[in-house]
Amino acid sequence: MSIPWHGLLSSIEATEAGLQSAGYIANRPISTALYLAHHLRKPILVEGPAGVGKTELAKAAAAWLGLPLIRMQCYEGLDESKALYEWKYGKQLLYTQVLKDRLGSVLGEEPGLDAAMRRLHGVSDLFFSEEFLEPRPLLRALREPGGAVLLIDEVDKADQEFEAFLLELLSDYQVSIPEIGTVRAEVAPLVLLTSNSMRDLGDALKRRCLHLHIGLPEARLEARIIASRVPGASEDLRRQLVAFVQQLRTLDLKKLPSVSETIDWARVLVLLHAPQLDHGMVRETLNVLLKFESDIEAVAPQVNDLLLKARREAVPVR
Amino acid sequence: MEGPLLDFFRAARGAGLRISPAESIDATRAVQVVGLADRARLKDTLSLVLAKTPEEKRAFAEVFDLFFRRGEFGGAQADAVPGEPPADAPQGGEGEGGEGEGGGGALARMLLADDRAALAAAVEQAAQEAGLSNIALFTQVNLFARRILERMGLQALEREIAAAPDGDRADRLRLGRDRLRGQVREFVEQALLLYARGETEAFRERLLQRTRLSAIDRRDHERMRVLVRAMARRLATQYGRNRRRDRRGVLDVRRTLRRNMGWEGIPFHTVWKQERIQKPKLVVLCDVSGSVAAIAQFLLLFLYSLNEALSGLRSFAFSGNLVDVSDLLEHLPIEAAIPEVMARAGFGSSNYGMALADFEREHLRLLDSHTTVIVLGDGRGNRTDPRTDILARMAERSKQIVWLNPEYRTLWGTGDSDMPRYAPHCRVAAVCNTLQHLERVIGELLRDGG
Repeated sequence: MSIPWHGLLSSIEATEAGLQSAGYIANRPISTALYLAHHLRKPILVEGPAGVGKTELAKAAAAWLGLPLIRMQCYEGLDESKALYEWKYGKQLLYTQVLKDRLGSVLGEEPGLDAAMRRLHGVSDLFFSEEFLEPRPLLRALREPGGAVLLIDEVDKADQEFEAFLLELLSDYQVSIPEIGTVRAEVAPLVLLTSNSMRDLGDALKRRCLHLHIGLPEARLEARIIASRVPGASEDLRRQLVAFVQQLRTLDLKKLPSVSETIDWARVLVLLHAPQLDHGMVRETLNVLLKFESDIEAVAPQVNDLLLKARREAVPVR
Repeated sequence: MEGPLLDFFRAARGAGLRISPAESIDATRAVQVVGLADRARLKDTLSLVLAKTPEEKRAFAEVFDLFFRRGEFGGAQADAVPGEPPADAPQGGEGEGGEGEGGGGALARMLLADDRAALAAAVEQAAQEAGLSNIALFTQVNLFARRILERMGLQALEREIAAAPDGDRADRLRLGRDRLRGQVREFVEQALLLYARGETEAFRERLLQRTRLSAIDRRDHERMRVLVRAMARRLATQYGRNRRRDRRGVLDVRRTLRRNMGWEGIPFHTVWKQERIQKPKLVVLCDVSGSVAAIAQFLLLFLYSLNEALSGLRSFAFSGNLVDVSDLLEHLPIEAAIPEVMARAGFGSSNYGMALADFEREHLRLLDSHTTVIVLGDGRGNRTDPRTDILARMAERSKQIVWLNPEYRTLWGTGDSDMPRYAPHCRVAAVCNTLQHLERVIGELLRDGG
């Protein structure tokens, strides 16, 4: 296989460094997963709480490898015609209308109805050919000549039937279209599926995938992520805000702040030109971190204590 | 490379991971790609391929560490030994009169020389011959320990001890033998931990599912809790499935026309009429009086789990008066919720008539033609007025009433049981005193929309 990006995934360390160059700080399991996904030709099923960078991983991988990112958002009621392909009915109709006159001349010289029918059978396949095929994300990913990163987002939101439909695609990187035949990928795309565990996925699907669980990051990793995503934040601020968020996660909250909230918060603080955390500023921007009124109410009185502890525990970044 | 990996798969299965043959092939391929050199990398890799839920990941990490810690000892010792496995040890586990001079002699030599590395290698070898990795139950520990010792040439050793002239040599051999016994036993127990934990757990769980709820031991409560939760989650997944079904062949003209408006109404897309499968609305009345206190714990636990999984469940508990416990189950953590419910409603003597009257007075409006009422209780009202008339009215208003009774059917109607009088108003009146019963009844209810 002479795929230009093949060489990029030569080792786990190279994978990790590559993702970092695309702005994604990966821990070891994540880079191992991507490396294996390529070498075993297997999709990755990424699970974890919202906002830990599941979708971001696909974007970073695509950016680093220089591949197009093809994204398919799943939802209830998603079906083949929206995920795989559809016929361009309008175009088919238009063409039949335009060609109506020509039909007469084509069929005109045939003596009987049977002969005309036979003649018509010969041309009918015209309208169910590649010309009239509208590829949807899955088919596009398979036909991308240099390979692609296919992101099937929130697969748990789709129906169980759709999950079953994905199986052929995920194990062999091919799909069957009745009118045309089997479409097989020249270069297998890198497939990432994400799930927020809205419901349990089927065993058949899980069995075909590498299963990667991304949890909330520990302080050091989170600090590195912030350093990479919000370069404007001073080192002091970064340490403190990471320590603060880490403490928030130990509280009993409805929705714990995840990495994306930390990043947003860091951006907000940078915008406000905060050299470091102070009480008033935290109180005012708490709504960036916490998404439930009750959570904010629960945390607000503790801000002072948390802040003191955060200042004490702020970890040095490597 | 395959050998240790296969052993590891077996150990992982023992820890409760479900590893299919396809997955073990994947794992082998993955290991070929990343290599065996780096332990942390190997762990990441196998975890990606074999463990498919957070719980499985945790179990996997545990069994991986356990397995390879043990492997480390074996490896280090194997290096030190030039390798003289007691190949001529007596064959056949029960070989009573095995000769095994060589084996026995070798064993004695090793014991006398206190050659630990060689002994460990011999134990390992004998264990493999005895098929130790098939160990499944803790009752087999002694059996396997004996087999291993026999294969190592214990009988020859015994003869040697008996034949040896009294004195230093015999004493040392005796001491060595006793120590070896202890070591082998320990070795087998470790193997049991590694290979059979899942098996033992699964065995207990299967047993628990069939045990009467009232007879379950206190130390099994934690395990029951896990089982009940898993069951509720399973039921909820079933419940959350697509609730519509195409009635193929019955054209929905209106929607077909609208869908095809862009093509001058020529029907390229056909739209079929759909039937909607009703999601059942559930109202649960749970008896928590003294007579069913033992089982009530689990019924409440089940209610709690079901409440987590389904939305719009209304639950009530009663012994005398009816208490609405929906809020408690919704907002309190489980450890607090169940005692709280029991404190508010529990342990009295039951009075079904009063509870039904309470329900009719305050909550009858909950019932409509989509509602299923589930009553969990033994129907023993201590000779109070059963008020079957209210139950009849409830049955009329609701879709159906399902009565689950922990007592065997033969006991219905004996003593103060009003069950035969209630039963005619229920679409289903069933015995339900094990987890399996409970799951079957509720599962059927959710599947066909009640």
